Amino acid sequence: MDLATFWFIVLGILWTGYFVLEGFDFGVGMLLPVLGGKRYATDAADAEKRRRVLLNTIGPVWDGNEVWVLTAGGATFAAFPHWYATLFSGFYLPLLVILVALILRNLGFEYRHKRPEAQWKARWDLAIFWGSLVPAFLWGVALTNIVRGVPIDASKEFTGTVFTLLNPAGLLGGFVFVALFLTHGAIFVALKTEGRIRQEARAIAERVGSLAAVLVVALLLWLGFTDGKAASWVTTVVAAVALLGGLAANRAGREGWAFIGTAVTIAMAVATYFLTLFPNVMPSSTNPAWSLTVDNASSTEYTLKVMTVVALVFTPIVLLYQGWTYWVFRKRLGTKHIPDDAPLETAHH
Amino acid sequence: MDATDLARWQFAITTVYHFLFVPITIGMSAIVAFFHTAWVRTHHEQWLRLAKFFGKLFLINFALGLVTGIVQEFQFGMNWSDYSRFVGDIFGAPLAVEALLAFFLESTFLGLWIFGWGRIPEKLHAATMWIVHVGTVLSAYFILSANSFMQHPVGYTYNKATGRAELTDFFAVLTNKVQLVTFPHVIFAAYMAGGAVVMGVALWCMRREALRATDAGEDLAQSDAPMYRRATRIGAVVTLVAALGVSLTGDVQGKIMTEVQPMKMAAAEALYESVPAGEGAPFSVLSVGSLDGSHANAIIEVPGLLSFLATGNFGGAVEGINDLKALYADTYGASGNPLVASATGYAPNIPTTYWTFRLMIGLGLAGAAVSIAVLWLTRKGRTPTHRWLLWAAILTPFLPIFANSFGWIFTEMGRQPWLVFGLMTTATGVSPGVSIGEVITSMTVFTLLYGALAVVEIKLFLHYVRKGAEPFEQPQDPADRDEDAPLAFAY
Repeated sequence: MDLATFWFIVLGILWTGYFVLEGFDFGVGMLLPVLGGKRYATDAADAEKRRRVLLNTIGPVWDGNEVWVLTAGGATFAAFPHWYATLFSGFYLPLLVILVALILRNLGFEYRHKRPEAQWKARWDLAIFWGSLVPAFLWGVALTNIVRGVPIDASKEFTGTVFTLLNPAGLLGGFVFVALFLTHGAIFVALKTEGRIRQEARAIAERVGSLAAVLVVALLLWLGFTDGKAASWVTTVVAAVALLGGLAANRAGREGWAFIGTAVTIAMAVATYFLTLFPNVMPSSTNPAWSLTVDNASSTEYTLKVMTVVALVFTPIVLLYQGWTYWVFRKRLGTKHIPDDAPLETAHH
Repeated sequence: MDATDLARWQFAITTVYHFLFVPITIGMSAIVAFFHTAWVRTHHEQWLRLAKFFGKLFLINFALGLVTGIVQEFQFGMNWSDYSRFVGDIFGAPLAVEALLAFFLESTFLGLWIFGWGRIPEKLHAATMWIVHVGTVLSAYFILSANSFMQHPVGYTYNKATGRAELTDFFAVLTNKVQLVTFPHVIFAAYMAGGAVVMGVALWCMRREALRATDAGEDLAQSDAPMYRRATRIGAVVTLVAALGVSLTGDVQGKIMTEVQPMKMAAAEALYESVPAGEGAPFSVLSVGSLDGSHANAIIEVPGLLSFLATGNFGGAVEGINDLKALYADTYGASGNPLVASATGYAPNIPTTYWTFRLMIGLGLAGAAVSIAVLWLTRKGRTPTHRWLLWAAILTPFLPIFANSFGWIFTEMGRQPWLVFGLMTTATGVSPGVSIGEVITSMTVFTLLYGALAVVEIKLFLHYVRKGAEPFEQPQDPADRDEDAPLAFAY
């Protein structure tokens, strides 16, 4: 296997890491007004505490989770400069929307608890909800379009518009990502909380999970029948089995196994995408000869070697300390763990 | 205004804005870590209160630095795709390494610091903030390596067949001589900014607390004034020592710049005609009228100073803009290589380089001067409450912060028309497939969003400054934590 292929696999792993980890952050963000809304909360004070339980399940880790996409972006730049250039300039407006959404969501996490006023919190709640839903949907649209092929000319430039991306397969990809991350997030909440909220999250996971299963299978079959290979059929089957297994575990109250199930589903979905892509990295729908491939989009051998050494040395270290954080904050949270807010009238002294 | 101008404006707006928060993050993370360590070592209440107080302010600032940094990682590809294709081999590697080595470290350990109260042992807890600091410094190192390549490309070959620059020596890129002096310059400048924020905030709190205690007839020594006074002095010492480091490294940087980018040095002084050895080029402190070289216009001039800044010798020869322009036109303009042909000539915008260079130095010196004044006024236990200190406290943090901004505007504007010096002009790096409408859209969105967020951030920051340090509360020992008790810290 040459180094360019190796880095294609590394990128698959980076995107997998991003979607498995940030996927449940997105899910938690989307569930904020649901599990922390009128339907489940007894009153406004309870709703607020429940929202804070949800936010604190990801509080210490969401930022580290997000770094996976920055690393994926940087690694694409370093290993496949043409892929980085074509993709990021071509998908300009969707990326702009993703950036704005992530900015608002992240500030929501950081700033929401900094003032006690209800209106302040309500505004940041909106930022967190939309800032989770929109990127989840758009990443699905973008990645599905990459796999299916987009108009690219002979000089590796994207020639479509934002509407080119809003085709049926792309939109289905968006819905799949949203449904999958909602399920994954609900299972994560069930895994990280105790009391009523845990039971309610499981019930939501069960309902959304069935929908996600239908959508995921539909999308992967679509990809399989159009561009499938033997290997991508294997990952498709594993993805489907893992999701059904995860949902069964969820129903049985085995949240740890359920979480592994949805995590494997996401990993296998990304693997299916990448296997379908290979050896292209961005197929051209205009002319297959103009496709960006692992070979014609990659950096030189020397750059790839340097990057390989750095990645092999430091990735295990990163995984160790990131894993350790999850261990430190492994305790389940309930409303009783949420300290009271500072009083509305700030104390001047 | 064409697509290149728009893309440049957007990059300038988003990057200058991002870099308002970055130096504060680098500098303050070290000071908060110092306060936290002082608490762990002495268990004096004041240190824990200061660590938490400045820690909150640090986080309010960090949040904006973080979110605006995400944009940075993406916009090379979004707006500068031809540049990304051309240098991806070289420029992408430090960016990827930065994410892997620095961003993971910062984000993970900051999460541990924020939520670690009562959960992890106190020594480890203090260490997490130091690790965050190391992460910020590592991040600076890698991104500055990438930038230094643009100022002075090393460790590469130009492949004519592919039309791309290719990496041949990664170590050379990391130890670029421009990098080796830029990195300490930027880090010292960041400590200045962090020190000045701590000094300004603590000075304001000290004055308020001293006035309150005096009004209430309380003993000043029993109030919070001594705690804030200590923080003020720590901030002032950091600012002053860092200012010294900034000057020393800036001096070396000037000489290296003269060697590798002589045009930038000539543009810093608007020196049009070369000054031969022995005559000594002067440095104008202030000037009026046009800077287009049509007439002499310096008001205050220090003889020989430009020669000294450029060469270390008051009589050293300094090349002027006109000679360099002619030289570059011969070397690059006539080479037939479209990547290095510049339609707008080979000199940067002179008024911009001239004034930003002076604003950088002037604001930096002013910041250092305030820190000396503050150290003098607070000497031997004094707690000054002059009314003008209020303004000094509010304005001082902005001096080194804006000095940082002007320094970068000078560095990047002074590099023009080059994107990578001698290899690629800025006009050839822009994304050919991105329309003017798209850039206008994104620029408008970023400008409005960033403007609104600046208002939110400053209001929140001031809100927490006004609240002051929380009363002391004995932290929970993680060893005897009650599993059912509320968390010591929660969102």
